[in-house]
Amino acid sequence: MKDFMNELRKEQVLKIIKEKGAVKENMLAILLAIQEASGRNYVHREWAKWVAEALGLPLSKVYDVLTFYAMFSTKPRGKFLLEICNSAPCHVAKSAVVVQMFTEELGIKMGETTADNLFTLQYTSCVGACDIGPVVKIGEKVYGHLTAAKVTQIIQTYREGAPCLN
Amino acid sequence: MRKANIKNKLVTATINGYKITVPADTTILEAAKQAGFNIPTLCHHPDLKPRATCRVCLVEVKGQRRFQTACNTPVGEGNEIITNSQAIREARKTMLELILADHPQDCLQCSRNQNCELQSLANEYQIRENPFVRSAQNLPLEDSNPAIVRDMNKCIKCGRCVEVCQEVLQVAAINTAHRSGDFCISTAFAESLADSPCVYCGQCIAVCPVGALKEKDDTAKVWQALNNPELHVVVQTAPAVRVTLGEEFGQKPGNITTGKMIAALKRLGFDKVFDTNFTADLTVIEESRELLGRLKDKGDLPLLTSCSPGWINYIEKMYPELLPYVSTCKSPQQMFGALAKTYYAEKAEIPPEKMFVVSIMPCTAKKYECTRPEMRSSGYQDVDIVLTTRELAQMIKQTGVDFAALPEAEYDEPFRVSTGAAAIFGASGGVMEAALRTVYETVAGKTLEDLDFKMVRGLGGIKEATVDLAGKKLKVAVVNGLGNAKVLLEKIKAGECQYHFIEIMACPGGCVGGGGQPFGTTKAEKERRLEALYTLDENSTLRRSHENPAVTQVYEDFLKKILVSNVHELLHTYYTDRKY
Amino acid sequence: MSKLMPLLSANFGKIRPTSVEEYVCTGGFTGLRKAIKMTPQEIIDEVKTAKLRGRGGAGYPTGAKWQQLYDIKHSPKYIVCNADEGEPGTFKDKRLLEKDPLRVIEGMTIAGYVFNAQEGYIYIRGEYAAQQRVFQEAVDQAVAAGYLGENILGTEYSYHIHVMTGAGAYVCGENSALLNSLEGKAGRPRVKPPHLAEVGLFQQPTLVNNVESFANIPTIVQIGGEKYLGYGTPESGGTKLICLSGTVANPGVYEIPFGITLRDIIYDEELGGGPGAKKKVKFFHLGGQSGPCGFLSQLDTAYCYQALREKGLSVGSGAIVVLDESVCVIDYLLTVTQFFMHESCGKCTPCREGNKQIYALLEKFSQGKATTADLQLLQRLSNLLPKTSFCGLGQAAATALSTCLKSLRSEFEAHIAGSCPAGVCFTKQGSGDR
Repeated sequence: MKDFMNELRKEQVLKIIKEKGAVKENMLAILLAIQEASGRNYVHREWAKWVAEALGLPLSKVYDVLTFYAMFSTKPRGKFLLEICNSAPCHVAKSAVVVQMFTEELGIKMGETTADNLFTLQYTSCVGACDIGPVVKIGEKVYGHLTAAKVTQIIQTYREGAPCLN
Repeated sequence: MRKANIKNKLVTATINGYKITVPADTTILEAAKQAGFNIPTLCHHPDLKPRATCRVCLVEVKGQRRFQTACNTPVGEGNEIITNSQAIREARKTMLELILADHPQDCLQCSRNQNCELQSLANEYQIRENPFVRSAQNLPLEDSNPAIVRDMNKCIKCGRCVEVCQEVLQVAAINTAHRSGDFCISTAFAESLADSPCVYCGQCIAVCPVGALKEKDDTAKVWQALNNPELHVVVQTAPAVRVTLGEEFGQKPGNITTGKMIAALKRLGFDKVFDTNFTADLTVIEESRELLGRLKDKGDLPLLTSCSPGWINYIEKMYPELLPYVSTCKSPQQMFGALAKTYYAEKAEIPPEKMFVVSIMPCTAKKYECTRPEMRSSGYQDVDIVLTTRELAQMIKQTGVDFAALPEAEYDEPFRVSTGAAAIFGASGGVMEAALRTVYETVAGKTLEDLDFKMVRGLGGIKEATVDLAGKKLKVAVVNGLGNAKVLLEKIKAGECQYHFIEIMACPGGCVGGGGQPFGTTKAEKERRLEALYTLDENSTLRRSHENPAVTQVYEDFLKKILVSNVHELLHTYYTDRKY
Repeated sequence: MSKLMPLLSANFGKIRPTSVEEYVCTGGFTGLRKAIKMTPQEIIDEVKTAKLRGRGGAGYPTGAKWQQLYDIKHSPKYIVCNADEGEPGTFKDKRLLEKDPLRVIEGMTIAGYVFNAQEGYIYIRGEYAAQQRVFQEAVDQAVAAGYLGENILGTEYSYHIHVMTGAGAYVCGENSALLNSLEGKAGRPRVKPPHLAEVGLFQQPTLVNNVESFANIPTIVQIGGEKYLGYGTPESGGTKLICLSGTVANPGVYEIPFGITLRDIIYDEELGGGPGAKKKVKFFHLGGQSGPCGFLSQLDTAYCYQALREKGLSVGSGAIVVLDESVCVIDYLLTVTQFFMHESCGKCTPCREGNKQIYALLEKFSQGKATTADLQLLQRLSNLLPKTSFCGLGQAAATALSTCLKSLRSEFEAHIAGSCPAGVCFTKQGSGDR
């Protein structure tokens, strides 16, 4: 049943599996790569099925992995995940204020995606940047010491395309 | 997995002050039992690997600051173990309270009322008030298939069903999913059971300690039919049921209750009580003919048996490319339904649309089997309803019948007579043994003196034998538990299979361990039930299917008088590629 | 006299992290060169003498762990580096991975040599994708230079390091859960026995050690266990990378010798620098979220395994979160509990249900609806979780709560009476970022 637009073709998925190596230990790496390639930060059931077949595993085991780890999603999200840390050190550094800044700027609530499918706001557990908290993680980059001005600037930069901030 | 040099090593410890000496890999749970102390468990099951997640079986081991779970912790040399201190009892109580805080409080409406492991423990630990906040779930019931109902609100996450489905049967329809408070047991992408690899074997139900998993309750429909004066309601009973039903009334496993079961069914109001064993004999004859045909014509070998609907579901979903190997014979249940609404209807002068056929099975997959679109050879649904052993017991109890005090009754004609070969269908290896008795005598042209093929009996997962058929060697295998079937199927796929004939049963141990059997079934009960079946066989006057005069009569009176294609239509079937 | 001791962090910011040449210039790979001329037992003995303890958080004596695995006569054995670093307040492994990965590689290789392992795996959390790339580059450079891969340093010994990724699960920091994750499954911990030394990765005997633990190995081999021990205290050898965060003037990673005091760490200008202008420290949280909270009366405790343990505190991962008077203990504990709730693998009753119940109870406190009975229930749960949970996560989830119940009970009682000393609760609309 195709609930969502299918962003990846089978050859693309099989290519990723081949690149990472079609062995069970590479499950997480394969799924993360597929998720990234989707452009919507998720793994569709059909792609999961191809992974299951390639690795010789039942789909129910792949589903367990997809739902267990916080980085995966089985439903499409925004192109950019804005992950706001809500663990204790960032909480003490007033991450609640950061949440407010982002939700106001984007006009969505935590857990939601903007209408243009560009940004998803979500919480994350500690990402190891407690000395510059409160932080937001976007892809590989972590931005700390956030102020309202910085938040606006960050969103603007991502709207315009690739991020080049320090 | 290796064990570090502890074979034959003994350890000495004390349990509640009592000294014990046990082999080094004995768990505290087992050792305590030997010392006369029962430790309560919930996620533990004697036939499954311990998961140690419910944390109910906690014990104190002196010197260790954490409590240990008795189900998986081996007894250590010099351990001083306490199983019932105040601290332990309070800890266990808290574990139960925590589980109950996340559990519906509707015991009175639950199918497991009075037969629930959680309920029993809650009572044992006198849990009258729960101090914890209720985290009520409101998940929808999953009952969109004819066989299994899932109520995940009641799931206590013991994981037994996952262990059975993933590791034992290796069907892998359900698994753990998510984490934290969302941790649950789920199908892949929360698909319905029908869309999943589920084969409806019901082994998950068989191990569920609570009311989260159960069979579709069809008793209301049967009551309705029985109360409908327009309908002629007949019932057929599977071989395994008669050696099990007594357990639902407090009797020992393996008590042979055939006569009382028939009497009870008559008192329920069935117009006729028939024996599925009759059509089991018929199946043997048809299948033997099929095997010999394939051997002679070099057809698709190995021939795979087809009476286990869980197994048929499995091959259709997982290995549809191997369907040509499966026997085209219907299961005894379905052959019976087809004959009941044609042969019997004619004989008894009852219009088939007024005939209502019920079957009592140790099986949940048969609830699906009878609804298959190809099972309408009579022009109507050949078998209307399937009830499990458990459901039948429910109905008998409701009528207030004193089961033990019932007189012995007999099956009705024309489906009364059956042989010992039919009786053992309920055992893993039974179908094989029954078939071999007929195949041998057909090929060798002489009587088989020793009717016992003991090498195919027992609870072993894969059993093999080589039978000498008047010079020609017939290689056969018997498999129970779908995880074991997979091994052979892969061999067939690779072209490496040496067998000519393979019996496959979905459930471990065969039908005696079916998904519709009484709760609490373990290997021990299955062994007793198996013994009873072989006793029935040994004590039968007729032990070979082809000697069944009633079956011969059906051929003479009916089957030989209709078109061959109609015979095929009635007694044989076809399969569908339902690749998952 | 500086309170810092740069043994592990000597190269931070001073060399290009993936340059073998620069690493060798500062003394890199001397440990490995020395190790391949020693016997495995000699190396293990040095580690024992050094009194190195697991730097991930459990603090298990590394020498003993290596000896146990060495005594198991079964091969192949695998070396696994736990780089899951999910403990909030902890970011020192991140530094090692991105600023001196070759040191970690050297340590893993020496370990491989000791156990005659051919394959080593480093499991780096999914959130550290950038560090994964740096580390892989370092691995490739080390192979190219002959310090890793086939025939290391011209010997017959071959060893490969595979960089593996996590995907967001703190519980994978638990060693058996990590191995499950490494095998491509959901990262739920394993039933024990059997223990990892016997049945570990791919069912084989396995060594699992933390990044910082491995990073210490080259130094220990190079200078000898006794000298390494001398940098610390008689029972805590060497140095510790500590991570300061929270309401402290100078958050960051610092390498300190064992034995300086908590007061030094939090207030010294070279280190924490105190809580900042016009602020007073109320309490601090040691070792990560899974560790105990410490209070002002304990500030003069020496920072080392034994002294801290005697005071009911612990080193843990080396995280130290400083909390001033503007932090409400209840609010803080709500965040801690929520973390464990979210990260619980979910399979065992006390952790899955217990954390839920603790959270619900703490919410009552933060909303001014709690009673004395609730306080007793909190106490009961915090006593039971450590004794009944399946793994270290559940066992430690209520540690912070336990220590606060013991030493800051007045805050709980104040909330029952309807007041929040820090002025945080009852004034918020909802609970903010939960």
